[in-house]
Amino acid sequence: MAFEGLTGRLQDAFSSLRKKGKVSEQDVQDAMRQVRLALLEADVNYKVVREFVNSVREKAIGEEVLESLNGGQQVVKIVYDELSELMGGEQAEVVTSYIPPTVYMMTGLQGAGKTTTAGKLANFLRKSKNMKPMLIAADIYRPAAIDQLQTIGEQLNIPVFSMGDQVSPVEIAKKGLEEAKAQNRDLVIIDTAGRLHIDEVLMTELKEIKTAVDPEEIFLVVDAMTGQDAVNVADSFNDQLDISSVILTKLDGDTRGGAALSIRKVTGKPIKFTGTGEKLDALEPFYPDRMANRILGMGDLLTLIERA
Amino acid sequence: SFTRRFKEMMANFRYEDEEFFEELEDLLIESDVGFEATMEISDKMRYEAKVENIRTVEDAERVLVRTMIEMYEETNPNYIEFNKNPKGLTVLLFVGVNGVGKTTTIAKLAHQLIEEGNSVMLAAGDTFRAGAIQQLEVWGDRVGAEVVSTEQGGDPSAVVFDALKQAEEKKIDYLLVDTAGRLQNKKNLMDELAKMNRVIEREIPDAPHETLLVLDATTGQNALNQAKQFQEVTNITGIALTKMDGTAKGGIVFAIGKELNIPVKFVGLGESMNDLHEFSSEKFAYGLFKDLVS
Ligand SMILES: Nc1nc2c(ncn2[C@@H]2O[C@H](COP(=O)(O)OP(=O)(O)OP(=O)(O)O)[C@@H](O)[C@H]2O)c(=O)[nH]1
Ligand SMILES: Nc1nc2c(ncn2[C@@H]2O[C@H](COP(=O)(O)OP(=O)(O)OP(=O)(O)O)[C@@H](O)[C@H]2O)c(=O)[nH]1
Ligand SMILES: [Mg+2]
Ligand SMILES: [Mg+2]
Repeated sequence: MAFEGLTGRLQDAFSSLRKKGKVSEQDVQDAMRQVRLALLEADVNYKVVREFVNSVREKAIGEEVLESLNGGQQVVKIVYDELSELMGGEQAEVVTSYIPPTVYMMTGLQGAGKTTTAGKLANFLRKSKNMKPMLIAADIYRPAAIDQLQTIGEQLNIPVFSMGDQVSPVEIAKKGLEEAKAQNRDLVIIDTAGRLHIDEVLMTELKEIKTAVDPEEIFLVVDAMTGQDAVNVADSFNDQLDISSVILTKLDGDTRGGAALSIRKVTGKPIKFTGTGEKLDALEPFYPDRMANRILGMGDLLTLIERA
Repeated sequence: SFTRRFKEMMANFRYEDEEFFEELEDLLIESDVGFEATMEISDKMRYEAKVENIRTVEDAERVLVRTMIEMYEETNPNYIEFNKNPKGLTVLLFVGVNGVGKTTTIAKLAHQLIEEGNSVMLAAGDTFRAGAIQQLEVWGDRVGAEVVSTEQGGDPSAVVFDALKQAEEKKIDYLLVDTAGRLQNKKNLMDELAKMNRVIEREIPDAPHETLLVLDATTGQNALNQAKQFQEVTNITGIALTKMDGTAKGGIVFAIGKELNIPVKFVGLGESMNDLHEFSSEKFAYGLFKDLVS
């Protein structure tokens, strides 16, 4: 992997801190320089990095830490705790409606993984919450988007509502919801076309769907490999739609997934799931602490702390 | 905004001014250029600024853009026509991770080639993803290219073999081979790609004439891993940088160009078949500092 060198340096920085017992301000500065680099290489937004590093540095240079006998260990712990905290602390559950059906909308940039994740989510909630899902094909633009969703529906044996690609997505969403009620489905997941956050026409369309179906959740689906632009995208979708949560896809790759941190920070919205493969069962609830480890590339940071 | 910040930064320019360089570094990092390449550009800019005794905003702008272009072109020629087979069938292989725009880019290029009077055939080498074959078929219809495919779940290498035979038989000019998206760390999928590549190499000498790595401009530092890993199983000859119509700058291709000598050959600026463009390092460098030069 490409980041091995960096992870090594980071671990060196931390382990020398750890061994030190008493640490000096300079020790902390040196370690924080490595942390900064690690976060940037992980695609955490540079502004978020700056804020993070400053806040950790402040805490770490506090009296108690510098004076304590295991100061090094404390600094490592501060980094880790701050990062998990930023990631959202606790794991967050999906919102369901008391009066069925519960309605979800999948939104995001082109190719992020909306359609696949719609299927995964339906499958997941059918299993874990015993829900009866229906998928709605509201992407009328991408060639064969409907075929894709229908194939996924067939693979999962979950009904897919479609009206072809000549009817407006708003109309499809409305009719789909009616149909779901008629069929006593208690979960409706609307797949929408990928779009740029700066595409006013298509963003308006999403607002109209939102108004028409009043969803319990609007998921912003984000590719974990996204770079610095993640904040622009997330901020803009959130501004225009007030998204409720985020799903991070393609985490089965070797990306560090620093976009997660940036998105969490700029939107304040929880990440609820991660996509970890192309198969329809590759969806997992999101664990903030694991993500914190991953971003710094320190799978065994916890053991480091424990051993210290 | 980005532009305003840049203008302010330029207005405050002093070549001995640390703050200026820190801002410049932020700007490059923000464009996904990556830490190392950013430091290199910044150092070079420091040097040039001193050598040329730069005093004005205009000079700083000019030197900045020129520095970037020079650095890029040091390892990559500006625009090179993609490689064609002068004597017959040209085979182009498209590879990349999931959802970057492989299939759409194929459609765009097919459209362009057909407009230029060539005959084009498409091979539906993604037999895995739901709806992938239909997607290519819809595109084939729209642009007027025949699509060779098998059923979902079929052997992609067999499709490629079949398409090569048909293309040769029908004296087609260009065969564009679509492949399933695959993450570069999935060994079995990368092996499958290597096999498809071998089939092409075996059937037609010198083919594939181009292997294009399709990269999504919104991708961050992981794109470098992608380029490295795909290069290990295929002979990547160029990059198609998609989704440049958004707000992402695609700065990582700079690092890829420098480190791996893989030039960008195409740029995707939208979802329709007319949205494929040639890459120009000049436009790209200007794009990083958009609206900078009026
Ligand atoms: N490896 C991996 N691939 C994924 C994951 N989620 C989705 N994909 C793949 O990513 C690609 C794009 O997924 P789609 O579901 O079509 O994405 P989309 O957001 O609906 O795309 P558009 O509708 O074109 O905007 C497909 O090849 C999926 O198989 C994931 O968690 N891991
Ligand atoms: N805005 C924009 N969208 C693009 C561009 N190129 C492709 N897309 C969109 O990105 C999404 C994914 O494109 P595909 O061509 O299906 O990507 P792929 O790499 O073939 O995906 P998989 O086969 O699932 O791995 C689609 O919604 C395309 O319309 C581009 O240059 N700009
Ligand atoms: Mg989709
Ligand atoms: Mg494809």
